Amino acid sequence: MSEPFLIGDCMTGGYGAGPDILHGCTISVDRGEIAVIVGPNGAGKSTAMKAVFGMLNVREGAVRLDGQDITKLSPQDRVIKGMGFVPQTQNIFASMTVEENLEMGAFIRPDDFRDTLEQVYDLFPILRDKRKQAAGELSGGQRQQVAVGRALMTKPKVLMLDEPTAGVSPIVMDELFDRIIEVSRTGIPILMVEQNARQALEIADKGYVLVQGANAFSGTGKDLLADPDVRKSFLGG
Amino acid sequence: MDFLNAIVALSNFVLVPAIAYGSQLALGALGVTLIYGILRFSNFAHGDTMAFGAMATVGMTWWLQSMGVNLGPLPTALLALPFGIMAAGFLVLMTDRMVYRFYRQQKSKPVILVIVSMGVMFITNGIVRFIIGPQERQFADGERFLISARDFKQMTGLDEGLAIKTTQAITVITAIIIVALLFWFLNKTRTGKSMRAYSDNEDLALLSGINPERVVMVTWLIVAALATIAGTLYGLDKTFKPFTYFQLLLPIFASAIVGGLGSPVGAIAGGFVVAFSEVTITYAWKKVLGYAMPDSLAPDGLVQLLSTDYKFAVSFVILVIVLLFKPTGLFNGKAY
Repeated sequence: MSEPFLIGDCMTGGYGAGPDILHGCTISVDRGEIAVIVGPNGAGKSTAMKAVFGMLNVREGAVRLDGQDITKLSPQDRVIKGMGFVPQTQNIFASMTVEENLEMGAFIRPDDFRDTLEQVYDLFPILRDKRKQAAGELSGGQRQQVAVGRALMTKPKVLMLDEPTAGVSPIVMDELFDRIIEVSRTGIPILMVEQNARQALEIADKGYVLVQGANAFSGTGKDLLADPDVRKSFLGG
Repeated sequence: MDFLNAIVALSNFVLVPAIAYGSQLALGALGVTLIYGILRFSNFAHGDTMAFGAMATVGMTWWLQSMGVNLGPLPTALLALPFGIMAAGFLVLMTDRMVYRFYRQQKSKPVILVIVSMGVMFITNGIVRFIIGPQERQFADGERFLISARDFKQMTGLDEGLAIKTTQAITVITAIIIVALLFWFLNKTRTGKSMRAYSDNEDLALLSGINPERVVMVTWLIVAALATIAGTLYGLDKTFKPFTYFQLLLPIFASAIVGGLGSPVGAIAGGFVVAFSEVTITYAWKKVLGYAMPDSLAPDGLVQLLSTDYKFAVSFVILVIVLLFKPTGLFNGKAY
């Protein structure tokens, strides 16, 4: 079996010189897939994603992108390699306009990025209407769209979302999930961390349940939703 | 009652000086606010950066004057300004490399950088006095007045004269040009936008591939230019004396804080708020009120709220009031 496009393989590590938070945790996403990381509070979901993005000191294991070992690269270098990351909080430039946010997303691109800008506007039409407005004045759901749009501006080969629906209403959450599926249809693999486990697993091709920094269950989204153990422990029956 | 003379007297003694002084404060406060927004500390050495840049400009002006070069009615200092900016730019980049960069790499707290900047302030202060001496220096030349009080009286036939010094007019025009250029740079160019992005959200700026060292370097160069221009304009308007720039630190910080630290628009607004407060509170209103009010109500005293010796107290009081009631300033600055 060929290796997935992006894989964090048996990662063990923690922040700086601090204690290990991940213990042999494996997370991957393949082309055309949506992979979702779920789990109880404090399970290390966001930490696992940050480890894949290089914001953590990975002491054992490796991170590989398209077969290339990128374990030692800084987050900035991983962006250049084609990884797009949307942090959970403070993921926009609040004082700048929507369009400027997107321009800053494309900062590392030396070429003309107007095509990509149009694509992002087609994907998130509301951003086109509000492009001259300060991003900080938008609603929670719109801000998340700005954040995802900013990450898309580099034309990433893989997109990583850290709890994109944190703090938005259920209606907005549904809309955001729809948008994420649309982004995925453009061919970008998506790896995301989610609190709303049930909805997230419904759209996931692959799901990981983490407990205390290690893989507890993994499988397709449907399998996990059907698994009685997973249902009992994390989905409330 | 004589409103026309009242307005002329008001313009002559309050409006014109306050607008010129406000422009100088605004340019100074812009430098402070940029450093605060991007390097995230209050730069106490800013006053002495102004002194250093102005000193280099004064030196160059003297040399130009000795060579017989001049700008006719305009002060020769304008010609020397680019040299002063380069000298100040060299100073701040060297300081950054030798001092601030170390603390940046240590990820020191802002309060530590503030103390560090005070050290830099004393050193710069010493360098300036060592080179040019502590006494007052004259370097203004060219036409002294755009309109002198006597000409104005002859032209209008009024009792009161309105004098506009060339330096005041140059101050305001230069300030407008510089501010327009700065805002164009910050809002329209890629580098300017990356500076705003870095100021807004450092982590996300790093994720977007913005190089922090480059942002810091560009910021220092802009600040050096702003400081030199502000310092030279102030020196032209009054006289050049190293100590006055140290004293200017208080009104400059008051301006930046009134407007909201980190907000360029706020720095400009704050500069004028502080300048107008200072001038109106320390001005003796007897003359203006004598014209504006019926004779029976004309004041006997000077109607001066505070002696000019206490002008810095005005900045201080404004500072205290703002910090008590609206610490983020008029334009919602930030706090680190």
